[in-house]
Amino acid sequence: MKQRLPLLITILLFGYAFLYIPIASLIVYSFNESRLVTVWSGFSTQWYSKLLENEQLLGAAWLSVQIAALTATLAVVLGTLAALALVRFRRFLGRGSLEVMVTAPLVMPDVIIGLSLLLLFVAMEGLIGWPAGRGMTTIVIAHTTFAMAYVAVVVQSRLAHMDLSLEEAALDLGARPLKVFFTITLPIIAPALIAGWLLAFTLSLDDLVVASFVSGPGATTLPMVVYSSVRLGVSPEINALATIIVALVTLAVLIAGFVLWRQEKQNRLDAH
Amino acid sequence: MKPTSARPSTRHLIIAVPWFWLALFFLLPFLFVLKISLSEPTLAQPPYMDLIREIEDGFVTLVINFSNYQLLLEDSLYLSALWGSLKVAAISTLFCLLIGYPMAYAIARSPLHWRLPLLMLIILPFWTSFLIRIYAWIGILKANGLLNNLLMGLGLIDSPLAIMHTPLAVYIGVVYNYLPFVVLPLYATLIRLDLTLLEAAADLGCRPWKQFLLITLPLSMPGVIAGAMLVFIPVMGEFVIPDLLGGPDTLMLGKLMWTEFFSNKDWPLASSLAALLLVVLILPFVLLRHFERRSEEGNP
Repeated sequence: MKQRLPLLITILLFGYAFLYIPIASLIVYSFNESRLVTVWSGFSTQWYSKLLENEQLLGAAWLSVQIAALTATLAVVLGTLAALALVRFRRFLGRGSLEVMVTAPLVMPDVIIGLSLLLLFVAMEGLIGWPAGRGMTTIVIAHTTFAMAYVAVVVQSRLAHMDLSLEEAALDLGARPLKVFFTITLPIIAPALIAGWLLAFTLSLDDLVVASFVSGPGATTLPMVVYSSVRLGVSPEINALATIIVALVTLAVLIAGFVLWRQEKQNRLDAH
Repeated sequence: MKPTSARPSTRHLIIAVPWFWLALFFLLPFLFVLKISLSEPTLAQPPYMDLIREIEDGFVTLVINFSNYQLLLEDSLYLSALWGSLKVAAISTLFCLLIGYPMAYAIARSPLHWRLPLLMLIILPFWTSFLIRIYAWIGILKANGLLNNLLMGLGLIDSPLAIMHTPLAVYIGVVYNYLPFVVLPLYATLIRLDLTLLEAAADLGCRPWKQFLLITLPLSMPGVIAGAMLVFIPVMGEFVIPDLLGGPDTLMLGKLMWTEFFSNKDWPLASSLAALLLVVLILPFVLLRHFERRSEEGNP
């Protein structure tokens, strides 16, 4: 095994270079003075100030953040319920269909999710008058539907590996099931809930296709603005936006990593 | 909560709430896709005719229209889009595996304290925006982009390579964006591999390459299939990558459906394309479920 070490390191170096060179090029050229994105003509932060003056883009970003926060919260509640049902109740009517409905959105092409939900919303509006028109509400419903599947997967794996003896002890001592859930189960699966919330938030913030189908005239999300500006050609403002997103994501991942690491360390200390 | 500890009413609620949400917003919409695909387009809001129409007062009739499906079979455009999607999905899945397998293998064989950071580095690009990751490749691949500037600066080529708006650009974009989806399941199966099997084989004189082909590769097949399907299925319906990186000759179902819906406002035809895509994806989905369940069962 040892003589293959250089080969393995080379594979990893090439793999990570492939993953990170495009992102690095975005960051470097966001500080380029020239409008021609790939010709370097000097350091400048002008595209960041241009970005902050772009009111259409800022408005879309604010709408996207609101949609993503609502989506993530709803998806965590629904996804956790689905995970609890699948992990804790072995047999029930509809188990097979729930399993399929939780896995399918993970791989379903987004053009299908978008079109089918739009047709449903149009038909529902014709039949019962709700949802009246399309916009933020319909986007949140659509995003929650696929995001809850991701949350369910994350929470399911945490629940499946959880030690049940704490819950059993509490029940034996007379605690009510609901109280056991809120004081014992919930804190134990909390890291998975946070990870699921962040994942759902990012998925929603990132979605172009589904939102384009189910959105109305008044609701333009950030990916829609980015998409139309990218279609018109490469623009340094998008590089600046990309750099801000990469910086925020890296910061969030570092904080999450640090918190998890501290928690693991604490758990190990507690165990001794 | 042992299976018996929740009160029946709580239990029903825990099951019913997500079940009804998904049934209403995930399953039921497919019936509407089927319904609209059987209707006729019209200039109205919404732009399709109802299947059940009142002809004279009191009399209703059901009009089912198969002409959309007929068109899909007769016009070669749609079958070549299906073929184009299959080709792009299959080739990029293969390349994801060829790049992702060695990476997953290298991470699984790395020292314990390296594994988590290395995995985090695989996932990190996935958290940044999908659109922006594709946009980054436009800057690299276009005629006066980074790659051409670099190659011309080194004197390797005289005139820019035409990569943007070709199938190659689509493959690069797909492999780049879907790579984490093969690395993660492959890592999960490779990390569970019983290393004593390899040691036993080595003791009996088996060469490393033969060990890999006879032991590691067969045992990691569930991860290979699961990872392959996690790429193949969504790429079949991919719209953004062929639209931004591909050219006018890049025919794919997702892109065609988008055009029929947004540019031609032909909702019934777009629905029949969605139905076609769904039917094609049933087999890969069944494969994915089967192999995911198998790798779950292997989980202690």
